[in-house]
Amino acid sequence: MKFSEAWLREFVNPDLSTGDLAEQLTMAGLEVNSLEPVAAVLRNLVVGEILRVMPHPDADRLVVCQVTDGKEELQVVCGAPNARAGIKVPLALVGASLSNLKVKKTRLRGVESCGMLCSEKELGISDDHEGLMELPLDAPVGADLVDHLALSDAMIDLDLTPNRGDCLSLIGLARETGLINSLDVKQAEITAVPATIKDTFPVKLVAGSACPRFVGRVLRGLDSDAKSPLWLKEKLRRSDIRSINPVVDVTNFVMLELGQPLHAYDLTRLEDKIIVRHAKAGEKLKLLDGQEAALDDGTLLITDASGAIGIAGVMGGLSTGVTAETKDIFLESAFFAPRAIVGKARFYNLNSDAAHRFERGVDWQGQGRAVERATQILIQIAGGEPGPTVETCDKSALPGIASLRLRLARINQLLGVEIEADSVAEILNRLGFDAVRSSNEKDSDEQLSWQVEVPSHRFDISIETDLIEEISRVFGYNNLPARTPVAPLQMSPIPEATSLSAASSKQALNQVRDQLVSRGYFEAMTYSFVDASLQGLLDPDPEPVSLANPLSTEMSVMRTTIWTGLLKSLRYNINRQQSRIRLFETGLCFYRKPNQAELKHADITQVQKLAALACGSRQAEGWCNDTNAIDFYDMKGDLESILALSGDEFEFVVARHPALHPGQSAEIRKAGATVGCVGLLDPGLQQQFDIRYPTFLFEINLDSVLGRRLPQSAPISRFPEVRRDCAVIVARTVTAAQLRAVIQTVTDETLINLKLFDVYQGKGIDPTSKSVALGLTFQHSSRTLRDEEVSSSVARILACLKQELDADIRN
Amino acid sequence: MSSLDDGLNKDLDKIVASARDAIATATDLAALEQVRVQLLGKKGEVTALLKALGKLPAAERPAAGVEINRAKTALQKEITTRKAQLLKTDLDSRIQSAALDVTLPGRHTDIGALHPITRVLNRIEDFFLGVGYDLVEGPEIEDDYHNFEALNLPAHHPARAMHDTFYVNPEILLRTHTSPVQVRVMEKRQPPLRIICPGRAYRVDPPDPSHAPMFHQVEGLFIDQDISFADLKGTVIEFLRVFFEQDDLQVRFRPSYFPFTEPSAEVDVVCVHCFGDGGGCRVCNHTGWVEVMGSGMVHPRVLEYADIDAEKYTGFAFGMGADRLAMLRYGVDDLRHFLDNDLRFLQQFQ
Repeated sequence: MKFSEAWLREFVNPDLSTGDLAEQLTMAGLEVNSLEPVAAVLRNLVVGEILRVMPHPDADRLVVCQVTDGKEELQVVCGAPNARAGIKVPLALVGASLSNLKVKKTRLRGVESCGMLCSEKELGISDDHEGLMELPLDAPVGADLVDHLALSDAMIDLDLTPNRGDCLSLIGLARETGLINSLDVKQAEITAVPATIKDTFPVKLVAGSACPRFVGRVLRGLDSDAKSPLWLKEKLRRSDIRSINPVVDVTNFVMLELGQPLHAYDLTRLEDKIIVRHAKAGEKLKLLDGQEAALDDGTLLITDASGAIGIAGVMGGLSTGVTAETKDIFLESAFFAPRAIVGKARFYNLNSDAAHRFERGVDWQGQGRAVERATQILIQIAGGEPGPTVETCDKSALPGIASLRLRLARINQLLGVEIEADSVAEILNRLGFDAVRSSNEKDSDEQLSWQVEVPSHRFDISIETDLIEEISRVFGYNNLPARTPVAPLQMSPIPEATSLSAASSKQALNQVRDQLVSRGYFEAMTYSFVDASLQGLLDPDPEPVSLANPLSTEMSVMRTTIWTGLLKSLRYNINRQQSRIRLFETGLCFYRKPNQAELKHADITQVQKLAALACGSRQAEGWCNDTNAIDFYDMKGDLESILALSGDEFEFVVARHPALHPGQSAEIRKAGATVGCVGLLDPGLQQQFDIRYPTFLFEINLDSVLGRRLPQSAPISRFPEVRRDCAVIVARTVTAAQLRAVIQTVTDETLINLKLFDVYQGKGIDPTSKSVALGLTFQHSSRTLRDEEVSSSVARILACLKQELDADIRN
Repeated sequence: MSSLDDGLNKDLDKIVASARDAIATATDLAALEQVRVQLLGKKGEVTALLKALGKLPAAERPAAGVEINRAKTALQKEITTRKAQLLKTDLDSRIQSAALDVTLPGRHTDIGALHPITRVLNRIEDFFLGVGYDLVEGPEIEDDYHNFEALNLPAHHPARAMHDTFYVNPEILLRTHTSPVQVRVMEKRQPPLRIICPGRAYRVDPPDPSHAPMFHQVEGLFIDQDISFADLKGTVIEFLRVFFEQDDLQVRFRPSYFPFTEPSAEVDVVCVHCFGDGGGCRVCNHTGWVEVMGSGMVHPRVLEYADIDAEKYTGFAFGMGADRLAMLRYGVDDLRHFLDNDLRFLQQFQ
């Protein structure tokens, strides 16, 4: 809602600067979004009158004007096409300052010019630079222009919250300003305009409480050549509304002043009678803005014998709208219930000041007064003969005055304050709410209450708490006390072992994050919605959850893997000359039941994941650092360092993944279930994603790594350990996991540690084989192991490796 | 003194004199050992003199023995001293040769960093967990009921226009705030309730310096008997002061409107960059104040939806913008930095 400060001050004029007034409105809950002066800073401008115009001797486009400023005659050279004798125009005297220039005495093509005649643009009023701004013919010559046009005014733009429909008018804002400053507010000067003709137009209401009141009036014989006066155009301009013609301008003016939207029909184009009803299936309407709307059957319509002629409270139809030639009109001032209008403008994609007001609630008692006001002004401007004001009303369907009980104890309970009964009564009075104190004079404060009648313009007040909000707002939030809540000191449990409580898993999550950070990873945050085709390359199988209204195709589906976003961030950084990059992210990934026509919320699963990527050298460049490129085992090591935190067993299994190199990828399993994967980004995808360096990735279900063990201490053996090392030659395809599994089948608890401390392929070994060095550590819990026992264990292991995996001892 | 005696003394003096010289000039342990063997070894010179004692007359033997042993002890002592000297020199030189340039950087020092928003979220969570709030999380894809309806925002409510919503279908959407988590908690638990719910939220806002289609909120909810607006004010002011570590931080409450709270307030803090001096700055849009959260007393209708007796229980709720708090706390001037993941930005949070 944008309005003119000067207009507001016509109703209530607090002794405050513009800035202070704005601050006051903001602190009352009517947030000021912006303040701007209505014109540039102007000095030394007056109302001038052009007396004579003569051609310039030396230039076709210029004329020489004799102008009076009321005191003397001045010669001013001017290039405006509308410069002519008799008009009154803004005259900048020598020494005047305009928005971006100072006026000096000068010569234009050899002719002296003492001043300047101005366009609206030159005054900083609008962008109109077509010609001179023409002032009303009765403007007093010589008057200070800034005063005459009331240009020392500001336009105040409010961000009103949807509950304050009552402030979408000047009288509403004045009421609020008066309330805050405890000032009386001048009422709009409205007198009923008596009918001079008998013409009426019939109206029938069949939509019940959606439209219980419709006030109409016929006006005939308007002067179609009449122009809106400057004061009207200026008030509209300063409220961000374009001037169109007197009829439309007046309806807009009344809407701004009183908050009641009006609509004017061309009477000659209305057929038979107006019926307010709901739309039927298949109806269509060509709107004032030219677009054709296919009407939804919930829509409230204004219709006549020709069919729909307007979407009630939103926009009128083109066929019955007023035009430049219209002389006879029918004015509509109706009350449409908020629920009948809400969402409609949005549904039809229309911008409508009327709908904006109706859906928030318009004073249901204000229809008649708005018609009188409009008639009064319109007749002044365009003449014409008014018919009688006719109200069609279903009184039983009107909202009615709400009466609410307000308890003093409840006010104090909710606000944590001790407001006195008298202060409450005073505030209610300032608000203009009729309040009757509970009759029993002996009531203690504990029982004291009021019965409060809510004025018809306050649609936002329907329960006791709404009243308490008003009390607190007027009392001032910043005058209310503050205290920290008092509650028993209770210790919350902090489970040490695995737990599903968000707080303790948060602790585990922080450990995981810290671990990755200490290993050189930066935490990233990427969008939860990603490019469907990029994600399809990485994770083709799951059908993603798609957005119906994405910002762009790059943000059109919900992620099923965090890799999509991380790879984008990787490329962003590579493009900025980074070559060693480690990123991780935690967050939800989203999955849906596939092929579901009617997707339900329960068909969507949302899983917390942890993902990371790395490329570049193993360590940052440094005089003693390992700057070889990382490989699979670096990434796996980083991942294992997180898995180790949990104390759970994980298994890495050779597996194919569509995004990963087939020979360098593994699935991670926990208790037999797949929980994640790790590997090298598939070289083909690496090219497609335009990523310069080989990149390793992992992703794992976050829950699977957040488990924590409650440690249980066990006795430490006092007896010596025995370590035996041996190397075996096996086929290259034999995995470490296989070796370990075989060894475990033939050992007992005396093998306390098995290390795989070297893998060798190359010179001296058959190319299809490799040598694996095993470090076996034995220890007994209650005695010293004998040499032969250890030797026989080792022999058993080697025999079994030979049998199961054809492993030969390497000499 | 007999002549033999004289001869012995003369030999002894000569040996001691040259031995002292040899000990003093031995430059390393091996040379010193050689001197020791020459003098005191089985075939050493002093040993030889001792062996020759038997040839002396019995009366002279004791005196001669004393002389020789005295010389032997003296030489032994000198060798020991010299040996310690040489050991010390040797150790010193080994230490000296092992000296390093300790100003060179250590090995593998690179660490990463937490995202600034995680830092801020952790900070917020720590404060509230510390005073007995529980942490609760909820789904980011929500249904209309939890995101809107149960929060007193029925279909077509004009306040829905304040929430430009990403939809999956008319019933399913990306949550526009973290408030639906409140609803989910109230469905399962009865008061007293003290919870915070951090997480991502989404609105249809193209990215620019002060808007993002995805942002982070921390919702707070406190419901108990006799919880009032004063408790809300106290909690919020206290939190903001500890968050910014400014005991006298100015905080103001502005009346506002959220369908799920009443009375409702926007909370502004004085701009921590310019403190409103000199006409403000870009961060506060030249107003001197920065809006950091919405808050209010839980609307009775929201309590009714959750079957909580609104006469018996009252409560407050707040929803703070973690991104905004991170911008203020760390002096970040553009929201988009948080989602670009530029290493040069992230490194600033090490």
